[in-house]
Amino acid sequence: MKKDGDTMKQKLIAENVDVFYGEKQAINNISLGINENTITALIGPSGCGKSTFLRCLNRMNDVIDTCKISGKILMDNTDIYGTEVDPVELRAKVGMVFQKPNPFPKSIFENIAYGPRIHGLASNNSELKDIVLSSLEKAGLIDEVKDRLDDQATGLSGGQQQRICIARAIAVSPEVILMDEPCSALDPIATAKIEELMNELSQSYTIVIVTHSMQQAARVSKKTAFFHLGDLIEYNDTDKIFTQPENEKTQDYITGRFG
Amino acid sequence: MFTLPLSFVFVILVGVSLFFFYFSKKSIVQKSAQIGQRSKTLSTYYGQNAFLWSFIPSCLILILISLAGPNYVDQIFFARVQELNPKFNDSFISLILSKVINVANGKIGTDDQKILTLANEYKIATEKLYFYRGLVVILCASMLGLLVSYLQKPKTNARDKVETFIINLFFISAVIAILTTASIILSLLFEALKFFNLYNFFEFLFGLHWAPNVAIRTDQVASDGSFGMIPVLAGTLLVSFIAMCVAIPVGLYSAIYLAEFAAPKIRDYIKPTLEILAGIPTVVYGYFAALTAAPFFRDVGGSIGLSVSSESALAAGAVMGIMIIPFISSLSDDVIRAVPQSLRDGSMGLGATKAETIYRVILPAALPGLVGAVLLAVSRAIGETMIVVMAAGLSAKLTANPLDSVTTVTVQIVSLLTGDTEFDDIKTLSAFGLGLALFFFTLILNVIALTVSRRLSERYE
Repeated sequence: MKKDGDTMKQKLIAENVDVFYGEKQAINNISLGINENTITALIGPSGCGKSTFLRCLNRMNDVIDTCKISGKILMDNTDIYGTEVDPVELRAKVGMVFQKPNPFPKSIFENIAYGPRIHGLASNNSELKDIVLSSLEKAGLIDEVKDRLDDQATGLSGGQQQRICIARAIAVSPEVILMDEPCSALDPIATAKIEELMNELSQSYTIVIVTHSMQQAARVSKKTAFFHLGDLIEYNDTDKIFTQPENEKTQDYITGRFG
Repeated sequence: MFTLPLSFVFVILVGVSLFFFYFSKKSIVQKSAQIGQRSKTLSTYYGQNAFLWSFIPSCLILILISLAGPNYVDQIFFARVQELNPKFNDSFISLILSKVINVANGKIGTDDQKILTLANEYKIATEKLYFYRGLVVILCASMLGLLVSYLQKPKTNARDKVETFIINLFFISAVIAILTTASIILSLLFEALKFFNLYNFFEFLFGLHWAPNVAIRTDQVASDGSFGMIPVLAGTLLVSFIAMCVAIPVGLYSAIYLAEFAAPKIRDYIKPTLEILAGIPTVVYGYFAALTAAPFFRDVGGSIGLSVSSESALAAGAVMGIMIIPFISSLSDDVIRAVPQSLRDGSMGLGATKAETIYRVILPAALPGLVGAVLLAVSRAIGETMIVVMAAGLSAKLTANPLDSVTTVTVQIVSLLTGDTEFDDIKTLSAFGLGLALFFFTLILNVIALTVSRRLSERYE
């Protein structure tokens, strides 16, 4: 189903990225290319900088005052930290799903319609409804919620809430979807559903996922990057990383010797 | 016989109770050593249990005797004085009795032998009362302390007992608060009922004319009082409305600024400064309204050809609004900051700007709290007295013109109850009618506030 990663177009390219929180350096000189329409997993022990790196990709770190970033991150050959790039527009192209499901305290419909509304993607109500329904369909939720679009999204189960958040991200037609441990608050069945969904979405979206579960990384991703103490230790095809890691630290981590 | 003053008895009571604390604690250690078994809970709980049982009931008895005892003695002496002077009426006997009491306390002297004898007896009776009070309290504390210490075995669950005791204390405290409120309402209600005996309830409620000028003497020629509360209530509503027009936008916007935009350093200065506003005594706001704001509005009005009364609803309302700003801003700031960061992240992650996030996600999520804050502020505005007394005026006019002078419910209550008034006069009693109306008004507002914020929070939870 998937083509060989190395010959594919790279959607995002990080070049010598450093991130500082105040005095503390969180990420050291990371360079890494992310393939288009592929799932890339970022793994590593807590505090290794993988979430920080993920948040660099849609400039969510801009919100934090003390955070300073240097280096380049190219998306389709444009530096997303360039002066002419508006972070608000960037975030519409690079959607994000968070660790804890965070649907807005609004109806299911309004949650999905939020993005299209603020970006003016629909010119009338029927278009908006089409966007909402197709996003729910892509997120595999349509059968579960189609009869109760006006119910509170916060009343759904945790797994459904997380899929609402994914549908909400899809609704603005992003090119990249970033997922920050999207299953860490979910039970195994909900996790399986999300993983299945990610697999389907990877045909049309570039997905970068941070995960603490090595099984998850092995199951869903095509490429895996291993982070340790702010350094990128190893980046390779997932199969390679989990069967023949080149670095001893990677070996130790995936076999559970530390982390 | 020596006297036992309250403070002395109390100190001894604390001492006795503390003694039983240590005694119980020690004795439980000994008891468990004897049977070679650990006590069920920490030894300190046994001490606490003995302390509570010896201290709290005795303390209650002390309070009870101190409150009821002197009354009881007075009653006995009232009967004695009555026996000696059967012809006098009750109020005159009370007068004699208070003279006796004052002589007994050495506040005044007298040559009247009868009063001197009674005063002497009164003094002895009081001392006796105090003596028995001390005796009973200390005996009670010792007996209870001893009993509890004796009954406590190592297998007794003293921690459970202490906790139950303290939970009950909390419950009683809550009940006291409720009972006090209830008794305030009842006293208001009874006085108001006296008024409604003299004046038609519906005329009071719906009457359009307020002029409480009744004759002070029966032979004086004066118009009969007219007590229609609508103009007064309208004044209250007008002033409160103006106040809210000032307080809601300013309070809400400053809360949004503080919670969402202000750098931590700026916030550290602005928030306490705003809260200082809440600490200014309302009488100071009153000066400001009467001496600065009212003339200012009058001059500005005059310069553009509007006639503004020197005691205008506008001045009182605007200053009241300033007073209320910190309530709204402080409560709203807390409510807005309580909206989880994850919702902000979610919205930003979808490419929303900060303004869109605030307007479409944060404010709707914070709405129940904001509604609650605003309605609390409204109650506060309606009940506010000092500013309107100083700046709003006394004449009851049914007007919606903010430049005119109006009077409010609270102003009328103050003016009816201050100065030389008789307490069974219709004019005085009408104040209680107003008080009752005001109470129900704010009560209804508070109920609405609670229901609205509960219903909204169900929607947004």
